[in-house]
Amino acid sequence: MRILIVDDSSATRTFVREALEARDTPGASSEVVEADNGLEALRVLPRGPYSLVISDINMSGVNGLELLNFIRSNKSYENVGVLLISTQGSEKDKERGRRLGADGYLAKPFTADELRQAVNDVVAKRSAGG
Amino acid sequence: MAEGTDKAREEFLSEAQELIEGLSRSLLGLDELQNSGAEDPSLINEAFRYVHTLKGLSGIFSAKAIGTLAHRVEDALDALRLGRLPLSAEFIDVLLRTVELFWQLLSHEKDGDEPPDLQPILARIRRLTSETSSQQSREEFEFEPALLAVLTEYEEHRLRTCVERGLDLFKVRVRFGLATLDKELDEVKLRLAPLGEVITYLPTGEAASLDAIELDLLLASGSDNNAITQAIGGTNVTVEQVPRRAVGPASSPLSKPQSLEPLTSNRTAMPTQHPDSEIAQAAAIRSVSQTVRVDIRKLDVLMNSVGELAILRGALARMTERLRTDGQRQLASELHRIYRSFDRRLSELQGGILEVRMVPLSQVFDRLTRVVRQISRDVDKSVRLVVTGSDTEIDKLIVEELSDPLMHIVRNAIDHGIEPRERRLEIGKPEIGIVALNAFQKGNHVVLEVEDDGGGIDEKFLIERAVASGHVAASEASVLSRDEIMNLIFLPGVTTRQEVSDYSGRGVGMDVVKTNIAKLGGVIDLHSERNIGTKITVTLPITLAIVSALLVRCAGNTFALPLNSVSEAFSLDPGRIKWIDSREVYTLRGASLPLCRLDQLLELTPLPASNRKRRFVVVAGLGSRRLGLVTDELLGQEDIVIKSLGKSLKQVRGFAGATELGDQRVALVLDVAAIIEEVLRGSEGRELVGSLHE
Repeated sequence: MRILIVDDSSATRTFVREALEARDTPGASSEVVEADNGLEALRVLPRGPYSLVISDINMSGVNGLELLNFIRSNKSYENVGVLLISTQGSEKDKERGRRLGADGYLAKPFTADELRQAVNDVVAKRSAGG
Repeated sequence: MAEGTDKAREEFLSEAQELIEGLSRSLLGLDELQNSGAEDPSLINEAFRYVHTLKGLSGIFSAKAIGTLAHRVEDALDALRLGRLPLSAEFIDVLLRTVELFWQLLSHEKDGDEPPDLQPILARIRRLTSETSSQQSREEFEFEPALLAVLTEYEEHRLRTCVERGLDLFKVRVRFGLATLDKELDEVKLRLAPLGEVITYLPTGEAASLDAIELDLLLASGSDNNAITQAIGGTNVTVEQVPRRAVGPASSPLSKPQSLEPLTSNRTAMPTQHPDSEIAQAAAIRSVSQTVRVDIRKLDVLMNSVGELAILRGALARMTERLRTDGQRQLASELHRIYRSFDRRLSELQGGILEVRMVPLSQVFDRLTRVVRQISRDVDKSVRLVVTGSDTEIDKLIVEELSDPLMHIVRNAIDHGIEPRERRLEIGKPEIGIVALNAFQKGNHVVLEVEDDGGGIDEKFLIERAVASGHVAASEASVLSRDEIMNLIFLPGVTTRQEVSDYSGRGVGMDVVKTNIAKLGGVIDLHSERNIGTKITVTLPITLAIVSALLVRCAGNTFALPLNSVSEAFSLDPGRIKWIDSREVYTLRGASLPLCRLDQLLELTPLPASNRKRRFVVVAGLGSRRLGLVTDELLGQEDIVIKSLGKSLKQVRGFAGATELGDQRVALVLDVAAIIEEVLRGSEGRELVGSLHE
């Protein structure tokens, strides 16, 4: 499974990468590609396909909601799951993400286990045709 | 314990440091704007984002205290950026104090230092933010819900603020090539900047392909459609005003994501290409981020390898020479060709690694800016810091070690140098004192100057202190030259002020500053004029990783002298040696240079006189303190990597370390600064100190 993590914090990206690449159950190992902002994600997306995009909401330029909206309004990405992450606080941002069709939301800080659980949930939801 | 591997944790620490630096920079920018009565919402947002990221990170890595403080600061900045709180000077003050606390907390995370008490600052922030006005529900939005749906709360706030100011909203749709996205976007932003504020970019789903993308730049502007179109130029652009709608009830929620039309536009959509999977595969392997973060220790290891290769290079050269003398000319010249190309590549490699180690001085200068602000407030003086050359680059390790000595010098400049306000006005100086911080590169050195326009150093007082502390005999005091007097400030226990203030003279004197600079292979000079000001000049090598050295032989031993501390070398003419106060002094171009015989200094058995043809003098030292080192032979120049002598030999003075030479022998590297210190101090002859000026 190929996953794109979009976050302007490189330590967070490394954390996510290590949490997900360690998930080495046979046949389900993940390859994690990093992008450090929304624009970079736009550039990287066509090089997919990605099963899942994990994106921070609060980024300058193209924010996580805009990225999500872009993915949802583009047919070539209809199979891409989107998991939004953000520091808890703005309920408004979280709610907007839900309405735009995010598959999941995870508040920072999260543990590696919580992240893996959220990823599994999104994957399960997607493959169930939801 | 914190989550994440060591690698992730290390990354956390260095990223946290960058974030705190960023926060500090934004806050200082805000402070400057505040002083000049201007405002820039993007700076508040920038500060917010730094601390926001810091909060998220510290949560993930279980740095609780940083998280707590970041949380409060974030709340405060959030209220500021969303316009719920006015920005006051006191507010900036408190925020800048938190930067100091963040540093302390971070060093607690790193090295387990005592964590600071956060309660007082948290209370102050709480008090400041309790005045939050809740103008949340003023006017409801008058734009399409589809537009609002993708904005973050902050972007929505900016949109609202701009509209309230009477600006119109435009969607500027531009098509970009993916490969050149950053560059093209920067260009467009630059052109739009004079027209208004770009609130966000919205990627449109329609025209995206493997190599191109369309962005709607949301621009709030007072100009009209035509002006904007003209400003951007180019053909791939459409500008469209976003219509305002009648004010409706609280924003109508979207029921389904599918109902989200991309922002309306009458351009025909490009057919969406499906990514060609082969190209996609290949491209995905490419690294996405343009920068990597590297532990400086890894670069040291690389540099060591380069050092080893340099030794091999030397061996290769000697082998070539041997082949040639053995008559194998053909083989020798082939080997020589290989040697030359090896030599070239090795220099490139070495240059490349050195370049990676370089960081701009702005890293320390930004901290100094904060210190200046803090101190000038605390000692109640008006001081303006003028910085030039902060993009000058220097070795990362030097930057790390530089911040304490520079901080001390700047503290002195403000606390001791700049006069109190009334005094300045009295003697006709501008009320605001100036501390200038200049940096520039000069050959293989970086020069840093800290200059103040304060009262200068009181000679008489300095002499009194030096006599009182026993460094100078009262009888000698009257014959000291001005520069010699100024150099007294670098002696231990000598200070320029009677009363010890909070800021300077906390036991750390200029002698410590000098020692620390010397450890970095640098020298410090001071120039001061009464009532005009003081200038302190620090000259540092650009890097410590690899140095060019002069190899000399003395009493059968080989020594290396770092070239950055050697100014010249010549053959000794015994007729020019004079004896002054039982010291040898050499007359060089009319000035006298104190001599030091290396074999005597190091207590080596001198070569028998019959073996000596002529001897040589190497002039070592920089600035005003120089010394002529007498040696038997000059061997030539070589690039060396200095290795430490190890813990057990750390106390031995006079040696900076050891190095392996091209012929695989080991040579000791002389610590020129320490030797000069030793010899000139031991002489007690003030005639010898700094007597050579050119």
